[in-house]
Amino acid sequence: MKRYFVQRIGYMLITLFIIVTATFFLMQLLPGTPFTNPEKLTAQQLTVLNAKYGLDQPVAIQYIRYLGNLVQGDLGYSFQHEGRTVSSMISTRIGPSAFIGLQALVIGAILGLVLGIISALKHNSIFDYGSVALAVIGMSIPSFVFAALLQYYVGVKLEWLPVALWEGYSSTLLPSIALSVTVTATVARFIRSEMLEVLGQDYVITARAKGMKENQVIVKHVVRNALIPVVTMLGPLAVSIMTGTLVIEKIFSVPGLGEQFTLSILVLDYSVIMGITIFYSALFIFVVFVVDIIYGFLDPRINYKGESA
Amino acid sequence: MGRKIRIQALMILMAFVLILSGCNFNSSESSSEGSGDKEGDTKSAGQVLNISATADIPTLDSTKAHDGVAFTVLNNVNEGLYRQDENHQPIEALVTEHTENEDQTVHTFKLRESKWSNGDPVTAQDFEYAWKRVMKDASPYNFMFVTASIKNAEAIMNGEKDAAELGVKAVDEQTLEVTLESANPLLQSLLTFPTFLPQNQKFVEEQGDQYALEAENILFNGPFKLVEWTHDQGWKYEKNADYWDAEAVKLDTINAYVVKDPATGVNLYETNKVDRIDLSSESVDQFKNDPNFDTILEPSMIFLRFNHTHPVLGNKNIRQAINMAIDKESLTDVILKDGSTALNGVVPKGFFQSPEGKDYRELNGDFNTGTVEEAQKLWEAGLKETGASDVAVSINISDSEDHKKVAEYLQAQLEDNLPGFKLEIKAVPFAQRLEIEKAIDYDLSLSSWGPDYSDPMTYLDMWVKGGSANRMDYHNPKLDELVTQARTETDLSKRYEMLLNIEKILLEEDAAIVPLYQDGTSILMREKIKDLIVHPTGASHSYKWASIEE
Repeated sequence: MKRYFVQRIGYMLITLFIIVTATFFLMQLLPGTPFTNPEKLTAQQLTVLNAKYGLDQPVAIQYIRYLGNLVQGDLGYSFQHEGRTVSSMISTRIGPSAFIGLQALVIGAILGLVLGIISALKHNSIFDYGSVALAVIGMSIPSFVFAALLQYYVGVKLEWLPVALWEGYSSTLLPSIALSVTVTATVARFIRSEMLEVLGQDYVITARAKGMKENQVIVKHVVRNALIPVVTMLGPLAVSIMTGTLVIEKIFSVPGLGEQFTLSILVLDYSVIMGITIFYSALFIFVVFVVDIIYGFLDPRINYKGESA
Repeated sequence: MGRKIRIQALMILMAFVLILSGCNFNSSESSSEGSGDKEGDTKSAGQVLNISATADIPTLDSTKAHDGVAFTVLNNVNEGLYRQDENHQPIEALVTEHTENEDQTVHTFKLRESKWSNGDPVTAQDFEYAWKRVMKDASPYNFMFVTASIKNAEAIMNGEKDAAELGVKAVDEQTLEVTLESANPLLQSLLTFPTFLPQNQKFVEEQGDQYALEAENILFNGPFKLVEWTHDQGWKYEKNADYWDAEAVKLDTINAYVVKDPATGVNLYETNKVDRIDLSSESVDQFKNDPNFDTILEPSMIFLRFNHTHPVLGNKNIRQAINMAIDKESLTDVILKDGSTALNGVVPKGFFQSPEGKDYRELNGDFNTGTVEEAQKLWEAGLKETGASDVAVSINISDSEDHKKVAEYLQAQLEDNLPGFKLEIKAVPFAQRLEIEKAIDYDLSLSSWGPDYSDPMTYLDMWVKGGSANRMDYHNPKLDELVTQARTETDLSKRYEMLLNIEKILLEEDAAIVPLYQDGTSILMREKIKDLIVHPTGASHSYKWASIEE
């Protein structure tokens, strides 16, 4: 087990290193400068600015410098928001994104579970078709369509919840609900097919043959086993949803990270692009790791002692 | 199973608590909890204006600010030597008396007594300090000092001289002496620009690299104080009781909310959360007949650059034909519908008046307008002169929606109206479009230009040989000569005449570019809001005189 951990962490670091390196060099291929007001920058100003930020050095030297700072935990300063450190930009913006994402995840997972379980149990009934249709709609309509509809009807027409802005808990609800639609649909479909598969397994038949109550069979054997693969899926889904979505954040004026990321690429804010990419990747790699661990606890067939089975 | 679910539930709960603690909701909500009676708060606040902003403020350090949002805030929380009035003309702000030497190169400004928000007096040293700081840090807007002809600014920018040698000196606490390279009729107008604001040296150095990044890390001496600033969410102004002209200020509170999506802005306006929003072109049709709908002319202009070294496009008749073959009115009224208007000159209308009070556009009229038939005649003449039979060229554009719309329209117009013309559209990211322009590696390029200061010159001196914004190898010695003369001409009427002639050379004589349209913004603003001034250059809004009439 210990050896497995050390090995995994080693791999994680190598993965991260590759991502950092690839991003750094790919970013250099983008045209333009990270400085503001490029329309009016003269060649002389550009030379002065490049020298000031060390951008006149060969890319290899810039890269080594960046790695050196990174190892010390220094992500540098933003070019566009002069004086603001990248780490402070990430830390103030991740809160809202993560909160909305997690809330959406919880809403989506619960709704998805309920829908998925019921439609599996009532297989081929009207309810099953209904929830499958709902899931397909949820998957295929992008969340910003729901966002715009929710904002207009719940916010403007009914005035139940704030239209937008970030002013207290009530303003987190609409963006979370809009985001949760995709999660609900994904989870519902997944659970349904897993449940149907498990329901046909020998051990379910055995359990029933032993005379267990149907409720117990469903909860103890079917749902529990159907949940295992959902955990694998939920981890990466959580990361993608928690790190913020550009459109939802823009529509509801949420001060989140997703929007910042897109913006930094458009204006070529080198240090912010790097910082957020590293943050996303590290989070993703970590969550995948955690999922694998949880998986081990849930599924006794997996052991981490030697080669995985 | 129970244990595992419990572990998961616990993990989720922990994450929730952790994240909620880092959620930083807009503090105006949470602070009102402390004061108890929220309703009473807003009512007793008196005149309140609620507005939206398109982005967060990157920095409020006036020496480093480089964007419209920061310029507007700085203009309303700080006071410099001059400020723009309702007609965008410079009026005395901290200056009480202005004297100049005979050749108008040494200007002496007497300052009124006024205070920073920490109680320190605003002194001439504060100006000297801030101005030298701009040069020392090679700040984004340091070229404004060159435009203002401040002594040694250009040499400092080129790294030939030290920032300490800038032509500005505090003679005593209330007297500032500014030395110029040569007389500059635009000096006062330029001094309204936020880059020329003063800074309190002691305070700036105390704050170090945190200066002006939060509301409490900056000092105010203007009509308003910034009392709250929640990053990416909004900020709140309150009237500054210590402002020297506080009597003129009618608003008590201004709430600014960061709203990036125009459709969200409409919804916030409809629920009375904000009083003024910019509309996107999709919403214009919906609100066109609303009494609160208005269209504001903007001073930026969109135009076509020609590569003047191109064998065919280098021909004047060809360029003129292209000018005439485009129906600009249909472009703005049918395709764009966003409040923009057709433009047949390089200086936009509505902002730049002659000393006699006439608009620049009115005086110079339209250039290169004509029928399609006239365009075709010129086209044929041009083809004969260049020996070309058909012309296949490409247009360099940014990959934005607007640029694509415009380029597709131009393609249709030109290919229909000019026989043998083929236009290929090459859309690239904005930054790359600029690189291509700077390298003059294009045939035609769709460009835009916004003014740096309130004078036609900001659209005219960019066309001189080697000018950093020429970017098309255009050269006419007559134009260069006139620009040089106009820069130092102190007889304002004579100078204006020169400015009119520069445009004539550029467009009548050379048809060097194709002006397409002048930007416009459609807005919704409640009728109760009065005297909210929108400026064409520098800071875009002044709230100093604004009021609410219930």
